[in-house]
Amino acid sequence: MKYTGAQIIWESLLKEGVDVVFGFPGGNTLPMHDAVLNYPIKHVLVRHEQGASHAADGYARASGKVGVCLATSGPGATNLVTGIATAMLDSVPMVALTGQVYSHLIGSDAFQEVDVTGITLPITKHNYLVTDVNDISRTIHEAFYIARSGRPGPVLIDITKDAQIAQIEWDPTHEEVIQLPGYRPDLRPSLNDFDKAVEMISAAERPVILAGHGILKSGAMGWVRELAEKTDTPVAITLLGIGSFPASHPLHLGMMGMHGEAWVNHTIQNADLLLALGMRFDDRVTGTLSTYAPNAKKIHFELDPSEINKNVPVDLALIGDLGESLQQLVPNLPKIAHTQWNEEIGKLRKESALRDILYTPDNGRLYAAHVIHDILRATEGKAIIVTDVGQNQMWAAQYYKHDFPYKMITSGGLGTMGFGLPAAVGAKMADLEQEVWVIAGDGGFQMTQAELSTAAQEGIKLNIAILNNGYLGMVRQWQEFFFDRRYSATPITSPDFVKLAEAHGLTGLRAANREEAVDVIDTARNTPGTVVIDFRIEPEDCVYPMVPAGAALHKMIRRPM
Amino acid sequence: MQHTLVALVEDKPGVLNRVASLFRRRAFNIESLTVGHTDCPGVSRMTIVVDSNQTSAEQVMANLYKLVNTLQVSDLATTPSVQRDLALIKVRSEAATRTEIMQLVDVYRARIVDVANDSMIVEITGVEDKIDSFVDVLKPFGVVEMVRTGIVAMARGSNAIPEFSMQASSNGNGNGYHSQEISF
Repeated sequence: MKYTGAQIIWESLLKEGVDVVFGFPGGNTLPMHDAVLNYPIKHVLVRHEQGASHAADGYARASGKVGVCLATSGPGATNLVTGIATAMLDSVPMVALTGQVYSHLIGSDAFQEVDVTGITLPITKHNYLVTDVNDISRTIHEAFYIARSGRPGPVLIDITKDAQIAQIEWDPTHEEVIQLPGYRPDLRPSLNDFDKAVEMISAAERPVILAGHGILKSGAMGWVRELAEKTDTPVAITLLGIGSFPASHPLHLGMMGMHGEAWVNHTIQNADLLLALGMRFDDRVTGTLSTYAPNAKKIHFELDPSEINKNVPVDLALIGDLGESLQQLVPNLPKIAHTQWNEEIGKLRKESALRDILYTPDNGRLYAAHVIHDILRATEGKAIIVTDVGQNQMWAAQYYKHDFPYKMITSGGLGTMGFGLPAAVGAKMADLEQEVWVIAGDGGFQMTQAELSTAAQEGIKLNIAILNNGYLGMVRQWQEFFFDRRYSATPITSPDFVKLAEAHGLTGLRAANREEAVDVIDTARNTPGTVVIDFRIEPEDCVYPMVPAGAALHKMIRRPM
Repeated sequence: MQHTLVALVEDKPGVLNRVASLFRRRAFNIESLTVGHTDCPGVSRMTIVVDSNQTSAEQVMANLYKLVNTLQVSDLATTPSVQRDLALIKVRSEAATRTEIMQLVDVYRARIVDVANDSMIVEITGVEDKIDSFVDVLKPFGVVEMVRTGIVAMARGSNAIPEFSMQASSNGNGNGYHSQEISF
């Protein structure tokens, strides 16, 4: 039977299990956008292609499937760049489809033509330019394979208009064969020395597990729990590792790093063994490398060999899927107790536990910590939390305690402001029954607030908490600490968020003190449709503790008492 | 220390660009890079020289493997190997100096491939140091222009390093052939 390239695209996406794409049409996607009407794939129209890329990202993180976004050539494609880079740095499986000008026009500065494959070279796992309709089916199959296998990441496919229009004889039941001789995500070194790992773990007296994103990617939460409990090892988590180990577990230490809790960073600096599980020793987590965990041996469980010894030299590398590695290791470990070590940590913790909430002045003024805490209580810790970037993100990470995996969606690696709202749209589309909260600041929210219309058009329910302090908070904080309070370009005027919500046909609520905060959260949860809450919080509050750039991990700036 | 990496990559449009782009964004310091066809259709061979005091050879290899088009990478630093560079040098020559230049060409086992009234083109292959030295001795005569290819290298002995076979390829789930384990 005859199929056009555009039809083959949707047929191929169907075969990959796609049921929703986030996109924006244009001249060079007309054939695709026409063909989709005959396929059971939902096309969510966004308001800016950046929103499409973040939505595909949020969808992927919430569902575990490959997120798909679609844009036209030229400016449509370049608007995807930020979202693709965001997905790349957080290893999110995503396929971005872009239309491209007719093949014969490529390289001639045609209307809405850009070299999108050249532009996205550094920020994709791989990318393709398809000019021949016969290549479409295999390319899409390969792209999805690359996106979801090994260390996941975004793949871009640029498809020329003539390839979309061309018609060929095609059999949709034909199984595409992947021809990627250079791509072997299942490569497993035979040289993983698990015996040495058992030795090192048995000999350690002050071990710490560093739990990262890789645990969630591998689905190894059960093994990590067993490892921690069997060896009585406390667990520190990275920002993207939130949810990989239950926050309410007695061995759960808390988040590490630049805005991690003080006792967590001290514990890491005092450790004699670090078990790095699916984390990459990012600079936000280590502080200055020369003083990082000086007395600790390090065992690095990692899938991607290029991460080994990249930032931190390690004593033992165990390369491969985390679940598989732990499956080999944990049964061979003896049962160990570290009572004294854990007691020491408990003491440290008591001295500074919840310093923020305990010492946040209870003068009736509203602090971000209160808001997050109230949301945590109202949702019983079961909601999906999608954050924007900045102080709002750090407070959400510090105060919303996650016991369940895949519920914390945040842009960690790239730190993209404006991520929150569109990513939440994507996360919600993954499961309409899930409660989804957006935690954003007044700055980041404004960057992609147009996606409120997307939420309205799709009729989905999101609860949006804007922590409104009239500043670009995180930058203002750095200016307070390091630039003598010279607030350059940080005081920011926002629209009236309540009126903004209503202008979009959504519900807007406001809270300026603690009583109102608890009330609006309750109201929002029980109001159908998307609700935007303008929380007027303390203008010059800071995220504590903070490890300043260039400082050692244990040299934190603490909240003044 | 100098590491010579040999990478077999797919012979597809844009692959050289992918490799160069990778090195630039990882801030890898590359001393030289050459690429050319192999006896195997669809496979190109790259020879990359890295100064490991500036750039970790393991990092370069691991990152090359992340490129989908990279088939196999080997580090020849630990293997005895043959290394060759090729240069074409156009040197000024006149009646008085021609003989002397020709004697130097003999000594270095180079070849004269073009003669003009007042210049000649000399072709020389050899290890880098030999070529550096030859250029030095020619300088006093006046070098009009020069081009060098960069190093190509091959392991000594009867095995191919790296080894790769295109036949073992595809199945629906992924790819077959891995003859090289990654080790740290």
